[in-house]
Order: sequence, then C-alpha cells, then structure tokens
Amino acid sequence: MKTLAELEAIRDKAREKMNIRNNNSEAIRVVVGMATCGIAAGARPVLNAFAEEVAKRRLENVVVNQTGCIGMCQFEPIVEVLVPGHEKVTYAKVTPDKVARIVVDHIVNGNPVMEYTIGHIMK
Amino acid sequence: MVRSHVLVCGGTGCTSSNSLKIIEALEKEINKQGLTDEVKVVQTGCFGLCALGPVMIVYPEGCFYSMVKVEDIPEIVSEHLLKGRIVTRLLYDETVGKDEIKSLNETDFYKKQVRVALRNCGVIDPESIEEYIAYDGYMALAKCLTEYTPEQVIKIVSDSGLRGRGGGGFPTGRKWALTAPNKAPQKYVVCNADEGDPGAFMDRSVLEGDPHAIIEAMAIAGYAIGATKGFVYVRAEYPIAVKRLQIAIDKAREYGLLGKNILGSGFDFDMEIRLGAGAFVCGEETALMTSIEGNRGEPRPRPPYPAVKGLFGMPTVENNVETLANIPQIILRGPEWFSSMGTEKSKGTKVFALGGKIKHTGLVEIPMGTTLREVVEEIGGGIPGGKKFKAAQTGGPSGGCIPAELFDTKIDYDNLTEIGCMMGSGGLIVMDEDTCMVDIAKFFLEFTVDESCGKCTPCRVGTKRLLEKLEKITSGNGTMQDIDELEELCNFIKENSLCGLGQTAPNPVLSTLRFFRDEYISHVKDKKCPAGVCKSLMSYVIIADKCKGCTACVRVCPVGAISGSVKQPHVIDDSKCIKCGACMEKCKFGAIVKQ
Repeated sequence: MKTLAELEAIRDKAREKMNIRNNNSEAIRVVVGMATCGIAAGARPVLNAFAEEVAKRRLENVVVNQTGCIGMCQFEPIVEVLVPGHEKVTYAKVTPDKVARIVVDHIVNGNPVMEYTIGHIMK
Repeated sequence: MVRSHVLVCGGTGCTSSNSLKIIEALEKEINKQGLTDEVKVVQTGCFGLCALGPVMIVYPEGCFYSMVKVEDIPEIVSEHLLKGRIVTRLLYDETVGKDEIKSLNETDFYKKQVRVALRNCGVIDPESIEEYIAYDGYMALAKCLTEYTPEQVIKIVSDSGLRGRGGGGFPTGRKWALTAPNKAPQKYVVCNADEGDPGAFMDRSVLEGDPHAIIEAMAIAGYAIGATKGFVYVRAEYPIAVKRLQIAIDKAREYGLLGKNILGSGFDFDMEIRLGAGAFVCGEETALMTSIEGNRGEPRPRPPYPAVKGLFGMPTVENNVETLANIPQIILRGPEWFSSMGTEKSKGTKVFALGGKIKHTGLVEIPMGTTLREVVEEIGGGIPGGKKFKAAQTGGPSGGCIPAELFDTKIDYDNLTEIGCMMGSGGLIVMDEDTCMVDIAKFFLEFTVDESCGKCTPCRVGTKRLLEKLEKITSGNGTMQDIDELEELCNFIKENSLCGLGQTAPNPVLSTLRFFRDEYISHVKDKKCPAGVCKSLMSYVIIADKCKGCTACVRVCPVGAISGSVKQPHVIDDSKCIKCGACMEKCKFGAIVKQ
C-alpha cells in the first residue's frame, strides 16, 4: 500500500463487514421468527436473504435479528419490520424471493408492501 | 452471509478462566449446526470485566454473556444463534432490565467509563489488521504524514496536555520536543511495556487487545522526532501480548505501514520487539535502555537525559504503552477534544486495574478527576461481604495509600502526589477492614528488596534495613524509636537513590505512617494487630462455653495443635498453632475467635 486512498479503500471495505457490531437503538430492525415452527416453514433462507440484501445495499442503519415463536405458527415464516417512530409491520409467509421487495419498498423507500402483510394474507 | 458476530474475550483474565476452550467449542458447535457461513467467532482483547470471565458478546443484539462454561455452548448456539432466543440465565445480571435487555454501556461498570486507550479492546480482533483499519486505524499516521510537519505533530501532542501514563507524569509533547532538535545519525523510539507493578495489567491488555495502536503511535513519534527505528521492550511473561504484537508488526510491514517510504511520503520506520526477563528495575527508562543494549538492566545517572543520549548513546524518546495508545486518537480528534476531558493539569483519561477487595475486579478507564468513591463504589461495585472500605493503594510499590477519609479525592496526578500517593502505572488495590496497613507496607518492601538492582547503596541496603524494621514491628518487638528511625531512613532513601525505584520505594511506608500511624503504635505499644493479620501478635482461642466438642477443628488442623475429648471443650496449643485460621472457618458454633 502506498497511498492514503488505498488505506481508505481498505477501511471502507473492512467497515462494511463490521456493521453488525454497531449496537444502534435508532436502527431499523428486521426480526425473523426463528422458532421450530419458523425454521420448519423455511425461515432460515429468509433470514439469510435479508442479511444478504441489507449488506448488498450497504444499509448501515438496519439490523437483522431472529426471534422466537410469536404464536401464529401457521403464518410462518413471519418477519417484523420495526422502523423507529412508525407502527410495527408484520409480514407473513415470507419467502426468499419476497425479501428484495420488502427491503427496497419498505426499508429503503418507507412504503410497506401491503400485499405481503399478515393482515392482507389473513383476509 | 455472516449475520452474527460472537466476540469472545481472549485477554489474559478470560484466557485463564478457559475462554480458548470456549472458542473451540463454539466453532465446533456452530459447524455442527450448519451455521458456519452465518456466524463469525472473533477473539478479542480484554473487555475489562475480568471478574465475570469468561465473557462474550453476541451481535447484532449486543447480548453480554458472562461466566460462560463449555457446557453452555450448545445451548447458546441452538437457542440464540439459530433461533434467536436469548439465553437469559447467562446474561450479566446488570444488563437484565424489567422487560428489556440493557446495553452493556448502560451498566454501572461501563456507564462512567470513557474508553480512549482501551477503545478497541474487546471490540476488534487484535490479530486482524483490517478490523483495526476499519475503526480508522493508521488514519492518524496517514494524517501526520500527509498533512502535518513534525513540528505540528509535536504541537498537537503538547496542546493536548497528555502526560506520561507510566507513572512519572512527564508531559509527552515536551519529551518529544526535547528530542526532536538533537542531531544524530540515528534516533530511536522506545515503547516501555515492562509493566512491573503487582496488580497492574493495563499495558498488557492494550498490547493484547489493540497492538496496532502502539505500532501506529510509535511510527507517529518517529516521524515527529526524526527517528526511523523503534523498540518495544516487553516482558517475556506476557506471551499473548508478545505473540499478538509480533503478528501485528508482520502485518503492518506486509501492508507497507512499516518499512521504507510509508504511504509514499518518504518516511521510513521499522520496529522490533525486545523481551525482558521480568526485572522490576527495567521499567525505569535508563535501565530499560541498558537492557535493550544487551547489558545487565541497571539504571544510569541522569543527565544526560535520553533525549540527548539514550539508547546506544543516541537521542531517544521512551513512552509507556498507555501513553502511546492515546496518540492516534489525539491526532484524529484534535488536542481540544482530549484536553476537554480531565482536570486542569491532568488531561484525558486513565486506565486503572481494579483489584483486591472489590466486586468488579478488572480494567476501567475513567476521565481524570473522577473521585475514588465513584471508582470503588459505582464502577467497581463496592466491597464484597458488606465490609468497610479502609484504603486504596495506588502506584504499587512506588505509591501509597488513600485512606477512607479521603474517599472523595479527585484522582489526578497532582492530587495524588499531594497526599503522598502516586498515580503510578494505574494499579488500584482496594483494602477493607481486614487489612493490616503495616503488613501492606511490609509486603511492598519485600517486593522492592527483591527487585532492587543493587547498583546504589541507599536502595540496596536501605530498603533491606526498612524491611527489617517492619518485620521487627509486625513480630511485636518494635519500639517507638523504631517508628521514628523508620521515617528518617525513608526520607534518606528517597533523597539519595539513583533511580525512580529507590526514590519511591519508601512511599508505601511513609504513606501508611502518615494515615495509619495509630496502627503502627498498636503494634509497638499494645503488641496488637488491630486487623488481626500479623501472626505473631494474635492467637486463636476456643471459647469453652460455646465449644460442643464436635472435633471438627481437630480434624482440620494441619499441625495437630488442637486437643480435647469428644463432647468436651477443646483447647488450642499456641506454641504449635501456625495461625492458618482453618479451625475458625470450620467451626459451626462460632466458638473459635482471633485475639
């Protein structure tokens, strides 16, 4: 390495890998139900899809978490998106191919994907 | 895709409570449950809460698990890492709120801390240069090389008010400024990592947890004073620190951050590790340099000062590990930021190693000017077992005691010196009512007698005579004249010793004489040790009325000093008793007392 620019490039790349450790209470949280019911319904690929999508888009202010069973096992995989200052939005029967749209529409642009929400699916 | 980081403490404290086994078990279990691509295990430096080790923190949640055992690992992996259900029983109890889990930074232990020197300890993987760079590592060096002249760098360090953290408290900027103008074919930067005070382990933790910070700071110092070569003098008994520092040096060279023409600036700097054999005197700057030169570690008279004639007779700057760890932050955040913390003459923060009779044994970093009470009661969690605070010892064998009546002293260089104490390298040993102050003074004198290098007479002979007097007093043979002579001898040694070791060796005696003279007097006049520590001045006695004759004490006594028939009161033979106290601990009826 011979220039400051190279050092900065290494820093920015390394920082992306360490975003997970920013314990920020202001962050947008994506919570995936990962109890036995969730895992059986395919929550793990969903969780990984969220982690990948968030990293791909370099969203520093988003935390992807798991949680236990919330009691509506027939609607798993369930994903909750918590944007500070807004109502919690709960998505049901999420599959990996729905993830990109949730991230783009809801997390980036602030428009929840109504047709994926639990309210819509229960109708 | 990695979605979770598990940071496990690999500092010395947690390593000795088995954290390496935990890392191994964690990796095995993660592999078994097929999470290898999703969860990353990182070994970090010291978190500070050594009393609760082994500790780990799991991100993104930021859950802090303490006292983790290898058997707990499968549960952590399957419950938390796979299913996202936090294993509440292993959480550090202070992070468990009513309905929520508090962040570690909100606990009493961390709340009042400000981490500058320790900022990366427990946060990054010390063996990864990328993780150091991610948190602006080597940016300070880059800034110096590209934006500042050496004179500007020295001015920034001077303006920050940083003073040497190794004990003396000499202004770091002035040290650099005194060395820079001296012309010589070769100049040196030396890092003093010969941490010798019993109980102090902050330099060790910085080297173990953030070795690149030291490399970066030494390169900055080299640029400022015009040195191209550095040495880190570290004791061989710090194997983890030595290993990680060597890895860090190799990586820095590989990345071109050490070596020729760093970052294309034309500045060359490289460094080496020198291992010390653990002699206390080698922490003294001139003795340390003599040792690096390959000679027996003995101090040399000053002047000439190292700034003029140091290592190999060349101008040398020698800084302590913690001092250096502050430098990159001062460059990046500016001298005003640093000098906004602390008191008028002591700026910034100081790391203390809390030890002794305290709940949270560990490493804390506080702004200068924090009171001793805050450190002991709030951060340290107070004294266990409801015992009373008696004194705190700072500065190790060179320092003194702060008694309970000065509990609200604001800790900084000048306040401590004023009360006959010393900042020292930052060991802070808390003592409760069961501690005998004469015995403490004796303990430190035993240490200095062992560690005196023998070059000058006041230290070699004087400390020995001091110890003999203290032994006389604690064995009950002292006279009031001994106390006066003790004081006189102390002052003589202080004034006439060659180096810092001898000049400060009498401090533990002087300071205990100043604040706890009555204890010395009880030892001499009443032949009593008020704390019940000095063995010659007390005896264990069985109260006949309370003794049920259960014979439990007879069986536990290692020297057969207790006799008596079953169901009859027993007696202790004082001539055989070695005062180990085992019988008193064993007695269920409280029939054995110290007198």
